[in-house]
Amino acid sequence: MSNRHQGKDALPAGWLGGLMMVPVKAAMQVIDMPLRAWQRLTGLTGMASFFLLPNMAVFGIFVLVPFVINFVYSMTGGSEIFLDQRFYVGAAQYRDLLDCRSYVDPSTCVEDGFWIATRNTALFVVVQVALMILTALITALVLNREIAGRSFWRAVFFFPVLLSPVVVGLIWRWILQRQGLLNLVLYDLFGFEPYSWLTDRNAAFVAAVGVTIWARVGFFALILLAGLQAIPKDLYEAAEMDGTRRTRVFFRITLPLLMPNLIVVLVLGLIRSVQVFDEAYVLTGGGPGTSTMYLTQYIYEKGFASDLRDPGLAAAASILMGAVLVVLTLAQMAASRRKEKQGER
Amino acid sequence: MRKVILAAAAMGLLTSTAWAGDVRIMWYSDGVEGQVFHDLIDRFMKANPDVHVTIDDVAYGTVKDQLPVQLAGGNGPDIARVTALKALSQYWLDMTPYLKDADFWVKNYGDQADWMRPDGSKAITGFMTQITLTGGFANKTLFDQAGVPLPDAKATWSDWVAAAKKVADNQKVPYAIALDRSGHRLTGPALSYGGNYMDADGKPMPIDAATKAFISDFVKWNNDGAASKDVYVSAAGTTYRAASEDFINGQLVYYYSGSWQIPNFATKIGNAFDWVATGSPCGPATCTGMPGGAGLVAVKATKNPEDVAKVMDYLASTPVAKEFAERTLFLPANKEVIAGGLDFKSDDPQVKAALKAFVAASTTTSPVALKLPGWKWSDTYYGALVTRVSQAVAGELSLDDAFKRIDSDVAAKVAEAK
Amino acid sequence: MGHVLAFLTRRRGGDRWHWTDIVTWVWLIGGLLVMFGPAVWLVLSSFKTPAALADFPPTLLPYVTEEVSVAGYDRPLPLYEVKQADGKTVILAEVRRIGIIAQMVDPKVPGAIVKVNIADRKPVEKVSFATSNYTEPFVHFDFLRFLWNSVFVTVMATAVTLLINSMAAFALAKYKFRGQSLILIVIVGTLMVPLGVIMVPLYSMISALGLFNSLWGVIWPTVATPTGVFLLRQYMLTIPDELIDAARMDKASEWQIYWRIVLPLAAPALAVLAIFSVVWRWNDFLWPLIVLNQSQLYTLQVGLNVYAGQLNVQWHYILAMTVVTMIPVVLVFVFLQRFITRGIATSGLK
Repeated sequence: MSNRHQGKDALPAGWLGGLMMVPVKAAMQVIDMPLRAWQRLTGLTGMASFFLLPNMAVFGIFVLVPFVINFVYSMTGGSEIFLDQRFYVGAAQYRDLLDCRSYVDPSTCVEDGFWIATRNTALFVVVQVALMILTALITALVLNREIAGRSFWRAVFFFPVLLSPVVVGLIWRWILQRQGLLNLVLYDLFGFEPYSWLTDRNAAFVAAVGVTIWARVGFFALILLAGLQAIPKDLYEAAEMDGTRRTRVFFRITLPLLMPNLIVVLVLGLIRSVQVFDEAYVLTGGGPGTSTMYLTQYIYEKGFASDLRDPGLAAAASILMGAVLVVLTLAQMAASRRKEKQGER
Repeated sequence: MRKVILAAAAMGLLTSTAWAGDVRIMWYSDGVEGQVFHDLIDRFMKANPDVHVTIDDVAYGTVKDQLPVQLAGGNGPDIARVTALKALSQYWLDMTPYLKDADFWVKNYGDQADWMRPDGSKAITGFMTQITLTGGFANKTLFDQAGVPLPDAKATWSDWVAAAKKVADNQKVPYAIALDRSGHRLTGPALSYGGNYMDADGKPMPIDAATKAFISDFVKWNNDGAASKDVYVSAAGTTYRAASEDFINGQLVYYYSGSWQIPNFATKIGNAFDWVATGSPCGPATCTGMPGGAGLVAVKATKNPEDVAKVMDYLASTPVAKEFAERTLFLPANKEVIAGGLDFKSDDPQVKAALKAFVAASTTTSPVALKLPGWKWSDTYYGALVTRVSQAVAGELSLDDAFKRIDSDVAAKVAEAK
Repeated sequence: MGHVLAFLTRRRGGDRWHWTDIVTWVWLIGGLLVMFGPAVWLVLSSFKTPAALADFPPTLLPYVTEEVSVAGYDRPLPLYEVKQADGKTVILAEVRRIGIIAQMVDPKVPGAIVKVNIADRKPVEKVSFATSNYTEPFVHFDFLRFLWNSVFVTVMATAVTLLINSMAAFALAKYKFRGQSLILIVIVGTLMVPLGVIMVPLYSMISALGLFNSLWGVIWPTVATPTGVFLLRQYMLTIPDELIDAARMDKASEWQIYWRIVLPLAAPALAVLAIFSVVWRWNDFLWPLIVLNQSQLYTLQVGLNVYAGQLNVQWHYILAMTVVTMIPVVLVFVFLQRFITRGIATSGLK
């Protein structure tokens, strides 16, 4: 990557930034002196630990330690939230969670909610990520064409990325509910009788998938767009001279060269998709019935909602979920690294 | 620049230090009561400059889900407006030694004192800011237009459903009846059918035949289109959903909710149609609604119990309680206020008629219904009911499975609490 | 005009319309409606009165019934369009309604009451923006305080995030030490796990550290983002080692190398992280809601949630305040749009 982006783009209000940087620069000078001493004392390894320390300390205290505490929680029972008021139950929570007569049918499980949420999440992730990549790809291809007002169109697709998930859920609930915009449009255009979209199982699922795509597609489309623009133009020119059909060009040139970006989109899309909670929760509350209740909602409600509070069960569920996710992530990393290596060869 | 940052950092750190004379109140609002409450507290602070009251306005969800956690960690406010009064009663302060006149409290608020203290205790922990009673509302204009007479006070649930269905069909209105999505709302009719949740020892018992009968009827009404299915399927778990919007729109003939809807209807329906409060329809056993409401309670962990009691004395006093009720259109708990009569601040005659109807309906409240608000397993039972009944309405569970799940959910909670 | 048309309909290559041209424009126009429509609807709805919000069928613009003052009546009376028996329509003012019969009066002839079946009348409506949805919360609420808290959390969290993430990323990208890959694996492993699932232990952690009801209790758990470390490290890998070696020859300290060389070169990636951090922290809802329970500490997102009561939700305020909280984000977007999109594209997200 070259330095060409640093110019006017890197500091949009350069002089203002410069002005504010003066005291910061002074501070950096001051910090430098003791650090030089430290560097002399410990060498490069010492400096590495110095650079890592702040982040890893915060990470340790606020992410890793809670993970460990979570594990302790999962071995305790009761509805109290503080550990000193809870009692040890061993693996009972895990036993409860995994106690099913048949794993295909959640209603045979002791904790049917957990299995329903797991099934819902798996289905959601598969459908949502697939559709998301497809829409992002189409959007990127469209935005990559020579169209008038390209940055305007880019903005159109990107702006929901900046909205908070709660607002996204709220906006769409306001559209899809019975007195919502969708029914108004359908009524005015086609005379359809108003319908409660969010209380229909299939419509609610489609809504959850669609709304999360709406909120994120701009971000992923931009990543793909960057990949498209990095593909050398002469490849296309050569193909055009050979008279290759456009669909063939797409599958032979565009798609393979876009692969690295597609993998990024896949990974990031999966991460966000698995964590689905806020938008869907505001949109459907997990309903109708339990058809859009996802794992994070299940864990949050078990942990915090008063009528159902069972922090031990919530912790056990989150450990199971976390274990599966970590394994999936690492497997994915290994796979993409292998691919990278193949690419290098 | 750095000074700004430092000052900002200092402000961020200056947080939860409590000073003598500081009283924090956690308050949630359904409507205008928050503003009325702020007015009353402002007046109190003018008269008592030594006490500084801070009102933390919060969402109801915060009171419901986070207050219990804060109380367990000793992080709570000094006073809170709460609905889960019994379940959290271990955290409430017995104000008796600090109150100016404890007898006034016993006399005027004694009836609900058990709702907010541990079983067997004689503590005075707070008072009800409002008493609510569940009951029905009918869109009288729709009945008139359809030429169907309003069922009378002795009418049963099936009478109301049949009449409302007739009106809905005649007037092309989508829904005949609706109940809020809440275990508390399901309980009124369940008790009218003769149901009961607690056994002789005060422990939850498996769901009985009468409750089953009502739930079966209710699910049937949802399935055959008489009841608005949307309300119950529109969320998972114990999330509360009201059907008030449909009623306000004139899309619903008969709405079973409660007295707290009156101010809401007054502002949103206005003159659009005539609505009447009908009390609770009868079941085979009785015609009861469910009492309830929100209480203002003092928290045991407070550092300034004297000041807390001072604030509470003021708020519970007859003139203040009277003004609060009159301006919020809430039913008061204070006996002196009730005896003295109220002049509700509304020029809508429907509001006064509706409030009167609820007062009349309160005379038929069954003994079981009066016991439930002070029963510590109520919320557990309500939670299990609403979760599983919703799944039955959505077609995810058969009725038999739903009943089994309700029993096992409640039993699990009881076992957990040992 | 012709030029504009020619420009707008410029097609890829040749002069015939290819099916991809049609798809392109359908996608763009459809995208415009689907992406912007909801936001416009939200803004329009936020200007409706509570009664109009509940209306069915809903209207696009906020309407209220027109009123007129009639001699002999204290209050202004609502106007209705009434269809008479002879099929003609007249405009009458309603005095009162009893059951299904409305008593109406012609504003020009105030004396005579006309009885009308309510099925035969329709309100006369006019567009009116309920600006009180916006002004009232400003009166009841310490809006400026909430705004300040939001700004404080956003700025502080972003500054700390940038500093510690970039330091860690530098160490992971440009040094070799034992345990390096372990740290990387831990960071990547936690990428996928949502904050939601560790909320209970995190809560007891915050409580134990005395950060409950403190803005720093909101800030700390969010700053060590694995995403940020990962993104910055990937970008810093592309900075040539030769530059750093050259600086070391010149006796630059490691800190100076980080500060003077690596950070400026990583500016595009830092910018992307900064923008996202601002947006994330500004929009954070669930965690601040749990940590902050005193009104002088509320952020805007927590503050607007106050309108969700037990039995009623005051949607008109929530919608209006949602629009208000969206304004800064929209401004950031309008001014930095080009910069954001370029940054994402060039920050080497590989």
